[in-house]
Amino acid sequence: MDIIRNFPCLSILLSMFTAIICSALKGKGARRLSTILVMVVGILSICTLYLTGATGQSYVYVMGHFPAPFGNEIRFGTLEAGMALFFCIIMLLSLAGGRKKIKMEIDPHKENLYYIMVDLLLSSLLALVYTNDLFTAYVFVEINTIAACGLIMISEHGRTIEAATRYMIMSLLGSGLFLIGICLLYDMTGHLLMSNIHESIQMIVNDGMYTIPLLVTIALIVVGLAIKSALFPFHSWLPDAYGYSTVSSAAMLSSLVSKGYIFLLIKLIYRVIGFDTFLDSKIINVLYIFGLAGMIMGSVNAIKENDIRRMISFSSVAQIGYIYMGFGLGTTAAMVASVFHILSHAATKSLLFVSAVGLTDVSGGKKRFEELTGAAYRNKIAGVAFTVGALSMVGIPVFSGFVSKLLFAQAAIQSHDKLLPTLIVLAISTVLNAIYFMKTVIRIYTPSHGKYDSVAMKEKPLYAITLVCFIVLNVVLGMCSEPITGWIIKGLSLFA
Amino acid sequence: MGNNLLANYAEVVAVLLFCIGFTNLLLQKNMIKKIIGLNIMDTAIYLFLAEKGYIDGRIAPIVVNGDLNPQTYINPVPSGLVLTGIVVSVSVTALMLSLTIRLYRRYHTLDLDEITTRLKKEGR
Repeated sequence: MDIIRNFPCLSILLSMFTAIICSALKGKGARRLSTILVMVVGILSICTLYLTGATGQSYVYVMGHFPAPFGNEIRFGTLEAGMALFFCIIMLLSLAGGRKKIKMEIDPHKENLYYIMVDLLLSSLLALVYTNDLFTAYVFVEINTIAACGLIMISEHGRTIEAATRYMIMSLLGSGLFLIGICLLYDMTGHLLMSNIHESIQMIVNDGMYTIPLLVTIALIVVGLAIKSALFPFHSWLPDAYGYSTVSSAAMLSSLVSKGYIFLLIKLIYRVIGFDTFLDSKIINVLYIFGLAGMIMGSVNAIKENDIRRMISFSSVAQIGYIYMGFGLGTTAAMVASVFHILSHAATKSLLFVSAVGLTDVSGGKKRFEELTGAAYRNKIAGVAFTVGALSMVGIPVFSGFVSKLLFAQAAIQSHDKLLPTLIVLAISTVLNAIYFMKTVIRIYTPSHGKYDSVAMKEKPLYAITLVCFIVLNVVLGMCSEPITGWIIKGLSLFA
Repeated sequence: MGNNLLANYAEVVAVLLFCIGFTNLLLQKNMIKKIIGLNIMDTAIYLFLAEKGYIDGRIAPIVVNGDLNPQTYINPVPSGLVLTGIVVSVSVTALMLSLTIRLYRRYHTLDLDEITTRLKKEGR
C-alpha cells in the first residue's frame, strides 16, 4: 500500500520522460507510446484513488529530503486522484476519436511532435492537479500554455497560427497577473507551500493586517486564471483556437486545458486563500456577474454562428460561465456543482467536438450548416452521439448536463440575494442552449438528396467505439450522480 | 502614504513597469512591440522579487570563509524564483518570436489586426 504514495509523482515524471523519448521516435511509435502512457497514468490514478478512497485522508509527498517550509511537496486526496483519472480517460478518448484527422492534417514528419505536446500537456495537468507548491504551479501553468499552443498550431495554416498567437497573448497576460499575485502572496507570508501560506493568511486575517494587499492578491490570481480559462469578457481567443485546430486538440483544449486552470483555482481558493477569506473578499460577486454574463453572451454568440465547430466553441464560453457562476454563489453546495460541471462539461464537449467532425467529414469537409443537412443519416453513430451531447448540454434528464443544472439550481436556493438572478439566467441560458443545439440536431436529421456518400460504422471501428465510450461516460455521469457528488463533497472537505 | 512610496520606491517602479508592459502586450498592434511589452512585464516582476529578497548591508548568499551565520546573507529564495522565472520567460519569448516569424512569412506584416481582417476576407 505504501508504494502507491509514490504514484502521483511517478505519473508526472513518466509523462515528462515519455515526451523526451517521443522526440526520438517516428510518428507511429510516438502515438503508441503516448497511448500506453495515458493508459498507465490512468491505472496509476486508479490505484491512488483506491488508496485515498479506502483511507479517507489526504497524503503529503515530500520531494527530495527537505521538510515542510523549504522543500517541494505533492499533496493528493481523493478528489485530485479522481480528477487525474478523469483527465486521462478524456485524453485517451479524444486522441482515439481524432486519430484519423491527426494523420490527415499533420505533416507525417511532425506527427511525433504532436504526441510530445500531448505528453507535456498530460504532465502539466497532473502537476497542476497534484502540486502543493505555488511556484511549481506557476511553472506548470506556463508549460501547459506552451503545450496547448503547440496543439493549436500543429496543423499549419494561416488560421491556426493566428489563433495560436492570440491564445498565447491572452494566456501570457493571464500568467503575468498570476505570477505577480504569487509574488505578492510570497511577500506577505514568506512561504511558497500552500499549507504554510494558508496558516500565515489565517494569522494575517485574524490580526486585521494587510487587508488591501490581500484583496489585490486574490483579485490578481483569480483574474489571471480566469483569463486563461476563458471566462466571458476574456474569451476572444477561444472560438478561433477551438474552431480551426485539429479535432483532438479542440477536444483536449476545451475539456482539459481550461479545466486544469479552474481546478488549480479551486485548489487555491480552498488550500491557500481559505474559503471564508475568499467569501469575504467580494471577488465572488465579480465572478458571479461575469459568470452570468458569460452564460448569456456565449449562447447568443453561438446562435449567431454559422459554423458548427465555432458554435460548439462559443457554447464552451457559456459553460465556463456556469462554472464561475458556481464560484460566485459562494456556498459549498455551489462549489460541488461547479466541480461536477467541470466533469460533465469535459465529457460532453469533447463528445460534441469528436462527433461534429464525423458529421462534417460526410459533408465534404464543410462546416457550414447548409452542407450538414442529413449528415446524421450518412454517419449514423456520429449523429446519435451529437444528439446525446446536445441533449446533455441542454439539460435533459439521464444525461450529465441535467445533473449539473439541478445542482446549480439547488445551490442557488441556499443563497438569499442571488437566488432570483441565478434561476432566471439558468432558465434563459437553457432556452438559448436548446435553440442552437436543437437547430443543429434538426438540421442533421433533415433528409437530403444524397449529395454526399454515407459511411458505414464498420469502416471506422475505432471512431465508433470512441463515440460509444463517450456516450456511456455521459450517461454514467448522469445516472450515477449520487456517488459522484458524494465523492466530490468528501474530496473538497479534504482540500483545506 | 507619501513616505511609504518613497521608502519602497523600487516596488513602485516595478509595479509601474508591470503596468506599462501589460498595456503594451494587450494593446499594441505590432507583434514585436507586444513581445517587448511581455518582456518588460516579466522583468518588472523579477525586479519586484529581487527587491523583496534584498536586505540592506548583507551580501549575496554564497558561503565564504565558512561563515554560516544567516545574518550575513540576503534571502536566497527570491533569487531562485527569479532564475526559474527567467527560464520560463525566455522560452515563452522564443515561442512568441517563432510564431511572429511564421506570421510574417505568410502575410508580410507584423500587424495582428491586419492579419485577422485579411483572414476574414479570405473567409476560411
